[in-house]
Amino acid sequence: MDSKENIQLLIGNEAIARAAFEAGVKVATAYPGTPSTEILENISRYKSIYCQWSVNEKVAMEVASGASIAGARALVAMKHVGLNVAADPFMTLSYTGVNGGLVIVCADDPYMHSSQNEQDNRFYAKFAKVPMLEPSDSQEALDMLKAAFEISEQFDTPVLLRTTTRISHSRSLVRLGEKINLDERNYVKDSKKYVMIPAYGRLRHELLLQRWARLSEFSESKDLNKVYLPVGKNTITKIGIITSGVSYQYAREVFSNVPILKLLITNPLPEKTIRGFAEGKHLILIIEELEPFLEEQIKLMGLDSKIAGKEYFPQYGELNLDIADRVYQQLFGTELISEHEGGARGKLDAAPIPASDSNLGELLSDVPQRPPVLCAGCSHRSVFYILKKLKAAVMGDIGCYTLSVLPPLNALDSCLCMGAGIGQALGMEKANPNLKGKVVSVIGDSTFFHSGITPLIDNIYNKGTGLIIILDNKTTAMTGHQVHPGVGKTLSGDDTVELKPEYFAKAAGVKNIRVVDPYNLKLLEKVLREELERNELSVVVCRRICALLEKVDKNNVATIDQEKCDKCGVCIRFGCPAIQLRDGNYAINELLCTGCDVCVAVCKKGAMLKKYKKFIKI
Amino acid sequence: MKKYDNKNNKNNNNYAKSSMYLEKWEEDLKKGQILSVLFTGVGGQGIILATTVLAKAAQESGFDVKVSEVHGMAQRGGSVEGSVRIGKEVFSPIINRADFIIAVEKLEALRYIGKLQPGGFLLVNDYEIYPSTVFSKDTEYPKNIEERISNLTKNYMIIDAVEIALKLNEIRAANMVLLGAFSNFLPLKPDCWNSAIKENVPSKALNINIEAFNLGKNL
Repeated sequence: MDSKENIQLLIGNEAIARAAFEAGVKVATAYPGTPSTEILENISRYKSIYCQWSVNEKVAMEVASGASIAGARALVAMKHVGLNVAADPFMTLSYTGVNGGLVIVCADDPYMHSSQNEQDNRFYAKFAKVPMLEPSDSQEALDMLKAAFEISEQFDTPVLLRTTTRISHSRSLVRLGEKINLDERNYVKDSKKYVMIPAYGRLRHELLLQRWARLSEFSESKDLNKVYLPVGKNTITKIGIITSGVSYQYAREVFSNVPILKLLITNPLPEKTIRGFAEGKHLILIIEELEPFLEEQIKLMGLDSKIAGKEYFPQYGELNLDIADRVYQQLFGTELISEHEGGARGKLDAAPIPASDSNLGELLSDVPQRPPVLCAGCSHRSVFYILKKLKAAVMGDIGCYTLSVLPPLNALDSCLCMGAGIGQALGMEKANPNLKGKVVSVIGDSTFFHSGITPLIDNIYNKGTGLIIILDNKTTAMTGHQVHPGVGKTLSGDDTVELKPEYFAKAAGVKNIRVVDPYNLKLLEKVLREELERNELSVVVCRRICALLEKVDKNNVATIDQEKCDKCGVCIRFGCPAIQLRDGNYAINELLCTGCDVCVAVCKKGAMLKKYKKFIKI
Repeated sequence: MKKYDNKNNKNNNNYAKSSMYLEKWEEDLKKGQILSVLFTGVGGQGIILATTVLAKAAQESGFDVKVSEVHGMAQRGGSVEGSVRIGKEVFSPIINRADFIIAVEKLEALRYIGKLQPGGFLLVNDYEIYPSTVFSKDTEYPKNIEERISNLTKNYMIIDAVEIALKLNEIRAANMVLLGAFSNFLPLKPDCWNSAIKENVPSKALNINIEAFNLGKNL
């Protein structure tokens, strides 16, 4: 076959999806979350794989585990914090093991490009004694996922494939392979393996430890550890680098004359390989993002070389070429990298600083930030506009609406994790009676199905009197409009039940349930005011489909009557990006305006008009 | 901000500038150096498409290539960047210093100018998108962006790509105008661009994108 045809430029997530196809995966599940979302989106293009968005990561993992027990290869994907939600099945899956191969793909987000924390999920692998593979580019993402399924079946264990944002969302060249032929595995009832009562759990824990010993041997395999040995007279001999994942790329580019051990398996660590690599070297530099995960374990090996990592590299955020360069400069000219060994990366060459850097700060000091905003026509905006007016404490949640924390709405008081707001609001009210009637919780529809139902039950059961607002825009908007149980469609596009959040409130016995269109600003204010004052638990569902999913009638956009406008600025403080200031006058950007008309109600001067009304007036 | 009004001079200057860079990079890429391009702009301006087309063109020209994209949060009207690295063998997918910066919005040119490698080149779209904080009068959109840029580097070019795209009745093709102008700086195979565009835009928008690219290329 023509090799050129088989090389594609793929993001890591696309490569993982391709690998799932090639590895013969039958069932794939996920809950969307940046930077992992595109894995399942791309898998859904392969008709040979059943795939589904689950309500949350825990359920997704359980469905995948069931598929594995039934004999199929199964994959479950999630972002790093998703593994917190799925930690319960994850920890015990390590005991039960698998039938068909089971791989958990987990995408960490150092620097928190789109996350609430930057936890280092490598510790989960160590915690659960689950083998972990870490690719350093898209090709390895494909290769390692396939290897992960082999390991899973060979050792009867789930396997964690850990990526980071720069692996998930970077494009690099990938050589595609063929779909492999798998022998069918049958379902065999095996209570001692899958029923984790204490007596069987004890048996499995022992087996787990035996498996761990075998995996430790296996981790020395040449395919899972790559050594880069530079050639030429500039080769540094006293230092060796141990690294993995995207950190390898920074190390390889900057420390191009230093030997590098790239670990593709980072749990368990290949101790013999590491010892062999370190032999005779004065310094082993560990280059890894976030926690000193490799560093601490390698230090415990008691090698003769000095082990250093976090004394040179930060323990937060992402690494990059500049950081690696700075460390190179620190070592350059010391006994570890002598001047002649520095070679091409001499002190001046390595980190060129633009001549202008000195005055750059001054020149750029007034460059305005450009924070992400709620879209024009976003149905969430009016809710936060009213809540701000009502001076409510708003316990928020995870989704587009988290953006309401930013100016000009400044509406959120809290955002902790998926589903947290409802419980937090109850805690506030119980702790401080003065807050009664002043605290609301706000949660999106997808987030409600993910983890809002149990805290709703907790509220009614424990006699909460707060106001729970469900922002129902009929989609999982933040991650790119994935379907969920409230949409009426499955991932494959089939019709299914269309669940509404108010059904659950009703079933739980909430007496005060109201559904309101958030585009109707006056009614929305009336409803929220009444329900906030009520001394009983209320649920208000604000339902309006995401503005990005609705067709816009451009004949119906808003316009401003300049004669009536006294430039009071109320509309600007509403925060819609379609309302702009042009040559000193407020104006509507017709490209952005969706014609939602909420601003017409926001304006107290009658200057904000529907466009067609203006025509009538003339 | 109409520094390039004089059309005749402009053509010659642009050609001289771009051919100098093209020759330099033809040599440097052979030596194994990695060429880093940074695209900046505002969510919705077609940054991801521009990076993808450039990357594909580089791949077709026989180079290794890596692209870094921004997904998720940044797409909600925020400041967006994407980068492409081209070479015999590319390692890091992200850049720290850019040999070229293509700013699809003017303020973003200023925001990212500190990433420009000494001797690197900056291509700016003469187009302003005000951040929300400017409308609420909490901040001001800087008036003298070109002056500030020229204080930092002489290697820049400002193109009214939106005006050119509007001739085709498609403001969204401004990114292709810029990419066309930028293509003159790069030692890639001449026929790689059309196929790269073809592979990445929907068929009904193909002609307009190729036209926009050519208008930019022949500026």
